Amino acid sequence: MILTGKVWRYGDNVDTDVIIPARYLNTSNPKELAIHCMEDIDPGFAGRVEQGDILAAGRNFGCGSSREHAPVALRASGISCVIAASFARIFYRNAINIGLPLIELAEADEIQAGDSVSVDVASGKVTNLTSGKTYQAEPLPEFIQEIARAGGLINFVKGEA
Amino acid sequence: MGMTQTEKILAKHAGMESVRPGQLIRCKIDLALANDITAPPAIIEFEKIGRPVFDKAKIALVPDHFTPNKDIKSAQMAKNMKEFARKHDIIHYFEVGRMGIEHVLLPEVGLVAPGELIIGADSHTCTYGALGAFATGVGSTDLGAAMATGDTWFKVPESIQVILKNKPRHWVSGKDVILYLIGKIGVEGARYQALEFCGEGVAALSMADRFTIANMAIEAGGKNGIFPVDETALAYLAGRVSRPYQVITADADAVYASTIEIDLAELEPVVALPHLPENVRPARELGEIAIDQVVIGSCTNGRLEDLAQAAAILQSRSVHPAVRAIIIPGSQDVYLTAMKLGYIETFIQAGAVVSTPTCGPCLGGYMGILAAGERAVSTTNRNFRGRMGHVDSEVYLAGPAVAAASAITGHISVPEEVMA
Repeated sequence: MILTGKVWRYGDNVDTDVIIPARYLNTSNPKELAIHCMEDIDPGFAGRVEQGDILAAGRNFGCGSSREHAPVALRASGISCVIAASFARIFYRNAINIGLPLIELAEADEIQAGDSVSVDVASGKVTNLTSGKTYQAEPLPEFIQEIARAGGLINFVKGEA
Repeated sequence: MGMTQTEKILAKHAGMESVRPGQLIRCKIDLALANDITAPPAIIEFEKIGRPVFDKAKIALVPDHFTPNKDIKSAQMAKNMKEFARKHDIIHYFEVGRMGIEHVLLPEVGLVAPGELIIGADSHTCTYGALGAFATGVGSTDLGAAMATGDTWFKVPESIQVILKNKPRHWVSGKDVILYLIGKIGVEGARYQALEFCGEGVAALSMADRFTIANMAIEAGGKNGIFPVDETALAYLAGRVSRPYQVITADADAVYASTIEIDLAELEPVVALPHLPENVRPARELGEIAIDQVVIGSCTNGRLEDLAQAAAILQSRSVHPAVRAIIIPGSQDVYLTAMKLGYIETFIQAGAVVSTPTCGPCLGGYMGILAAGERAVSTTNRNFRGRMGHVDSEVYLAGPAVAAASAITGHISVPEEVMA
């Protein structure tokens, strides 16, 4: 799967409270969540993000709550993939489970806001079409790729029955 | 090669002789927990699988985040959870009036035992490591799948050994220990790792202290936090857990990714400044930081020992006229016992408000939301931007002693400032 999109850039320790504040968690409807996605860190995000855009960030992306509403809100906003220097454990797991591809890339800081980036999710190859640089991220473990190929955890579990 | 306490519990639940860090394994679970925010999406995912629940006695559903229901939408979510519990005959569903904040409640009613493996759709599920269980937070899809299958997958984490020495001084509690550790290693210092506590200093910590410390392993990015099971833990379990359980200890030759030593005697009350739990400073060094609100409660510090500390400080004193003090017992049992011991009367006479158990203010849900520019001292576990309300409000994390002292003076204070 090759994804190409325009980059939204954030820093280190982007937590689940800013990805989707708890005051909006009285619903789990993805469309309603998307309206408030990133509101407390970037109030313009929800209005300007476009389908297929890519989010790039620093270290420990998604730290904090177990709320799956965070990757759900990002995906429903149109974000096709998140590239970060590192991910918090529960966010990583949740994103895989709901089918939001993640790329852990040490050089994520070299990707700037507005860059156009292409990502080969299976191989972990990232190409910054704006700067011309290419990067190689560690591909997802085979077991996790199986979950991703099944379209998320629920389909994976159903397939085993 | 020996295994850590975490590795041994994971191996046992995977049906394997041994495991090593980095390995992907499939484990049986002893308990799956969800709350009124995370259960509704988990139920939707569970129903897609089309199987019955794996064990109606091994699922715990606790309405505690937005309950008693704060609005119509949250009422609908709580209703969805309740109807699911009824339909599947879930034994451990705790209705408002008979509930508590999940991580205070579950150990209290004996749903956590040493050596068990527990997942919860709440990041602070790691609290149960205080009783020598492997417990970790997951999302709703993981939880929904586990309710059907009774198992889940894990990557075996590396472990960080935290050796505790000596005894803490008066007014230094579990919150100060864990904030000190997070200040030292940072909010991703234990990312994808287990925090394994040990050492003779463990004996000096109450169960409330240990629950608080294990609870905040996630604030260092940890997968779990875990304690050895000693006499204090066994005394806590007596009369609560009647099913058989196995105490699992780390092997003497277990391999750790790193080792950290903490001399409890050297610690003093600390505060984590906005907007990250790693911004830790000694409380006495902060100068006069005026505050608008104090919250004492939550899954970190809503236990009887926490309320006892707050009551000792607030006894015969008054909350500062410019401060709202909100005190939330962590469970109905904590509430009732605090009432019998006179703590609730102390709080109300001091000018504080006392609420039924709820997570409300901790996550900016309700019951203590901050306006723009307002500042709170809180015994909760996160101080991210906008966590307790407006994006331009501030949360300072502290233990109950500093929070109670600050409520009296109106600025961040150490207990000695009011106890003289």
